[in-house]
Amino acid sequence: MAGVGGVSGSGKAPEDLVAQAEAAPDLTAAAVEVIPPDLVAQSLGQYFRAWFARVKAGDAGVLPVVAALVVVAVFFEIVTANNVYLSSGNLVDLFDQSAVFIILALGEGVVLLLGEIDLSIGYVAAIGGIVAGLLVQPQAPPNDFLHNWPWWGAIIAAILVCAAIGAIQGTIITRLRLPSFVVTLAGQMFWFGVMIIILGQAGGLSVGNTISENVRSIYGIDYAYLDVWLSWLALVVVVVLIGASMWRRDTGRRRSGLVAPPPGLTVAKIAFIAVAGIILVAICNFDRSQGTLPIIGVPWVVPLVLAMVGGATLLLERTQFGRHVYAVGGNPEAARRAGVGVTSIRTWAFILSAATAGMAGIVAVSFQGGITTNFNGGQEVLYAVAAAVIGGTSLMGGRGRAIHALLGGLTIGAIYNGLFQLGLPIQYQYIATGLVLLAAVSVDALARRSATSGSVARV
Amino acid sequence: MAMTGIEGPAGGVPAPGGQPLANTLSGTVPLLELRGISKRFGAVQALYGVDLDLPAGQVTALCGDNGAGKSVLTKTIAGIHPPDGGQILWEGRPVHIRSPKDSASLGIETVYQDLALADNLDIVQNMFLGRERLRNMFLNEDSMERAAAETLAGLHVTTVRSIRQPVATLSGGQRQAVAVAKAVMWNSKLVMLDEPTAALGVAQTRMVLDLIKRLKDHGLAVMVISHNLNDVFEVADRIAILHLGRMVAQDRASAFDRQSAVDYMTTGGSTREVAAAGSNQGRN
Repeated sequence: MAGVGGVSGSGKAPEDLVAQAEAAPDLTAAAVEVIPPDLVAQSLGQYFRAWFARVKAGDAGVLPVVAALVVVAVFFEIVTANNVYLSSGNLVDLFDQSAVFIILALGEGVVLLLGEIDLSIGYVAAIGGIVAGLLVQPQAPPNDFLHNWPWWGAIIAAILVCAAIGAIQGTIITRLRLPSFVVTLAGQMFWFGVMIIILGQAGGLSVGNTISENVRSIYGIDYAYLDVWLSWLALVVVVVLIGASMWRRDTGRRRSGLVAPPPGLTVAKIAFIAVAGIILVAICNFDRSQGTLPIIGVPWVVPLVLAMVGGATLLLERTQFGRHVYAVGGNPEAARRAGVGVTSIRTWAFILSAATAGMAGIVAVSFQGGITTNFNGGQEVLYAVAAAVIGGTSLMGGRGRAIHALLGGLTIGAIYNGLFQLGLPIQYQYIATGLVLLAAVSVDALARRSATSGSVARV
Repeated sequence: MAMTGIEGPAGGVPAPGGQPLANTLSGTVPLLELRGISKRFGAVQALYGVDLDLPAGQVTALCGDNGAGKSVLTKTIAGIHPPDGGQILWEGRPVHIRSPKDSASLGIETVYQDLALADNLDIVQNMFLGRERLRNMFLNEDSMERAAAETLAGLHVTTVRSIRQPVATLSGGQRQAVAVAKAVMWNSKLVMLDEPTAALGVAQTRMVLDLIKRLKDHGLAVMVISHNLNDVFEVADRIAILHLGRMVAQDRASAFDRQSAVDYMTTGGSTREVAAAGSNQGRN
């Protein structure tokens, strides 16, 4: 009521306000620096200057995780015996290993975008891997229906089972309004128990290079390779498709008078994708055998992971569902008032995270040639959270991209693989996991703090 | 329901009935008329037979002390709390507003302070939130961006650097402007603003008040809920004052002065002789 008391004796107050307003400085000056460079740059040089200003202002995008990846790679290359770390054989291993973290982090990322967390996906992944692994097993009795499935049918069934698990957990969280942390922690223990029961009855589970085509296909996700010519062809097709769509979008925007990045930037981005793809395919197409038979080619898991990252990017950034995920994560009340179905968005996020975890579990079964009761789903989920957060996804919701899961998962995989190369026992891996998670959360907190201090300048 | 208890509240009520008031103001039927709206939450009677007219092309300020029922009344119009009794007339026809969807389909939009925007989304994304334009399953960003730019230009909101910048990078006034633009984008006929200038600096307040005047010039009915009598007297054509759930005063703004408005807000009545329309006897 201060305004009432202050002016009750003076009818001239509005005019005074006008005078003050006209004397006030430009309102936009405060907020200018933090605007993404794509929006204001008219040329490549301007873009990089704007980008550099933004990094200096504390909003570095994926720069920290890329830097971390380089540091980790250089460090382990120096300390590993015979500098084996950056050999093509180990790099392909590293991709295989990271794949599980990346896929888990993709699903976890959607939940994190909402400001929630899903701690169950480690053991949900185990359930997915077990379902697919068991369904393709050739032995007939006691129940014919649950064996000898085609590999694709087994994968679909596993993903559907996991999606159902996610639907149950998501419904409990949203309908009973319980914290996702607690519900999914309960889920973690519950599915751990279920995993042990199933594996106990089945006497463990293994997939390998057997005569059964379906078992071989599951195993082959990590250990079957694209033909060399096919991988190059696929690369060309993918780069052309992505490049054409980026180019068409930017020229379309320019033609209809909307702000678009300079053409040079579009070209540079396409060129970057092409070069990264060439390096990746070239590494995989080196002969990495140490024995007699050559081992050459891109493992199927690489296109699988890239397709999932691409799909998640499309879902999050180009669909209404994705837009609503960001909105709910940024301001659930605003989203609700704008007519967004907040409850269904949150439920679907848990379904998605569980379903992608199912795929991650299948990849894990392939990578390890099976699964035992030693599978550590608790550690996997922490790696997944760490991967997403290291990549740049915020634990507080509203900020994160699919590419963060890719870069963060690679970083986690690179550390994990490096420790393995050094022959460190398992206890040191746990310590490293803890430190990495702590570092990731600290980076997230620091990024948020600098973002907040930036917005203090707002009037 | 206490639907008849309003006709004779504390002395000096400027406009007890809606009809003559509406006629003197615009000569036509108000866009929205509330007749005897009451609302009860359990044991608490929040609104007692409230009458309110919101004519098109005019700014109506809804004032009242804390707990007077401003928010409940706003939410009643917005469909969040459907009334227990009374009648709502839209363009002269009786309507039922039972959900936010009902009010939105009539063309009623509410701008809530700080609740309207998601910080992490950009201006276009916020303006189209919940009503995204799609093309082949995917978001049609270009179409949305053009429409958002047109709306902002129509409201003379020109201070933003890029309509693709996240709302977090905007100043308070700019955020409010985006929230208003979001509300008027949908061919709305009535825009209700909840404390639009609270927590804004002087220059920012000016920007928002200008925006409110522009809405009025576009022919919209505007209702501003505000504590700030500076703002109220600057933009309002009409003032309606709630006190403990009753509409104690409702008239053109010139029928009030600051002291009488404060009297109505704090005591529900005024002994000052300013009520007679057209003869403002304020001490200034």
